[in-house]
Amino acid sequence: MYEFSYHKPASVADAVKLLSADPEARPISGGMTLLPALKLRLSKPTALVDLSGIAELRGIRRDGGTIVVGALAKHYEVATNADIKAAIPALAWMASTIGDTQVRNRGTMGGSVANNDPSADYPAALLALGATIQTDRRKLSADEFFTGMFSTALDTGELVTAIHIPVPEKAGYAKMKNPASRYSMAGVFVARGPAGVRVAVNGAGANGAFRAPQMEAALQANWSPDAVAGVKMDPAMMNGDIHGSAEYRAHLVTVMAKRAVQNAG
Amino acid sequence: MPQVSLTVNGTRHTVEVEARTLLVELLREKLRLTGTHVGCDTSQCGACVIHMGGDSVKACTILAVQCEGASITTIEGLAKPDGTLHPMQEAFREYHALQCGFCTPGMVMSAIDLVNKHPNGLTEQEIREGLEGNLCRCTGYHNIVKAIAAAADVMQGRRSELARAAE
Ligand SMILES: Cc1cc2nc3c(=O)[nH]c(=O)nc-3n(C[C@H](O)[C@H](O)[C@H](O)COP(=O)(O)OP(=O)(O)OC[C@H]3O[C@@H](n4cnc5c(N)ncnc54)[C@H](O)[C@@H]3O)c2cc1C
Ligand code: FES
Ligand code: FES
Repeated sequence: MYEFSYHKPASVADAVKLLSADPEARPISGGMTLLPALKLRLSKPTALVDLSGIAELRGIRRDGGTIVVGALAKHYEVATNADIKAAIPALAWMASTIGDTQVRNRGTMGGSVANNDPSADYPAALLALGATIQTDRRKLSADEFFTGMFSTALDTGELVTAIHIPVPEKAGYAKMKNPASRYSMAGVFVARGPAGVRVAVNGAGANGAFRAPQMEAALQANWSPDAVAGVKMDPAMMNGDIHGSAEYRAHLVTVMAKRAVQNAG
Repeated sequence: MPQVSLTVNGTRHTVEVEARTLLVELLREKLRLTGTHVGCDTSQCGACVIHMGGDSVKACTILAVQCEGASITTIEGLAKPDGTLHPMQEAFREYHALQCGFCTPGMVMSAIDLVNKHPNGLTEQEIREGLEGNLCRCTGYHNIVKAIAAAADVMQGRRSELARAAE
């Protein structure tokens, strides 16, 4: 790692002040993505602004028809939180499949969302559930927020503070894990609720997580695994690499969509 | 240089570190607690697992400065002062759950967290899934799984199926 300085502010306002005073400073939450990247010297921040001491970024609560997840909520907390397990069991289950226990004990939803790794789990869930991402300065729909592989609508120094998730009637998730890294090769999250019928895919797309409109239309007409079984994905939209060709991933998306609907019940 | 104050195995330390010093470097190089290993340094193998506030975490992927005020337990903190091993350590010995031993400290620390988070016991499947973050290149895992099942019975006050079978 290159050298950097370290700050641990106690409020969002102080964190934003530190980050806007120095465009080369970076926030750190669980560090499960940032620290491995720094070890590889993939980036050279002048300073790390540790968000973990900011109480207002913590906590998970139900607010009427919405689950509000603080940016610092760890994957382990999302997996075991009673409100999430009751209202969106598919999201709790998704969190329980992220990485391994030790990663889940540190990694956060805010960090994962801000990073928008194409193989990360949460972006597909938030797209399918029609979530809203709250930052220190505005609210963005998941559709506006995720702008492509490792890319989001966040400005430099802008922080994710919370994620607002409308409670669906039904939701389900299924993914094929890479047997070595355990990251998603293709994962599909389906949901029916206040945001309509929505289907989003992680792991497979050539440009990060994306929604699958043909699958949404098929499920809108007929909510059943058979309805998506016939929807073929275009390999031209998919990522191909040593772990699987674009054609294989296109096929996997349909299979995972079927299983996700089954899991949703 | 930044200073960090933390409690390791019950002893409070205040140490000067660089901001980029990893927790595992602090433990091994400053406190000379070399039981915590570094296998991959890429957050994958689990040789560096320790407990922070009771949760298992990878000490190679935490900065020392992030541990201000934290309570850390390492493999050295498990046995009693008189040398009596923790039931998990005892079970690893009893069930031959190690060969070269490189992965063992991390395995034991992960296993204790796993058992603590399942107060009503664990299935074999839950044990195997609970070890996703720990790689062993020697044992093939079977004896590690058996050891954890047996230790869970001891830690949670049940009479062990495995112990009975071994009798
Ligand atoms: C071995 C391993 C396996 C993994 N497997 C999976 C997996 O299967 N699925 C999966 O989804 N993920 C996986 N991950 C990634 C993990 O989920 C990370 O926790 C997550 O991607 C990032 O969260 P973090 O809190 O650790 O973020 P950090 O590493 O702290 O930060 C990530 C990025 O987001 C920025 N950032 C952090 N917090 C905020 C904020 N509140 N606002 C704005 N920007 C912010 C940082 O500057 C950095 O650029 C894995 C990681 C490891 C090490
Ligand atoms: S050394 Fe920390 S996970 Fe391998
Ligand atoms: S005993 Fe050798 S790596 Fe596990």
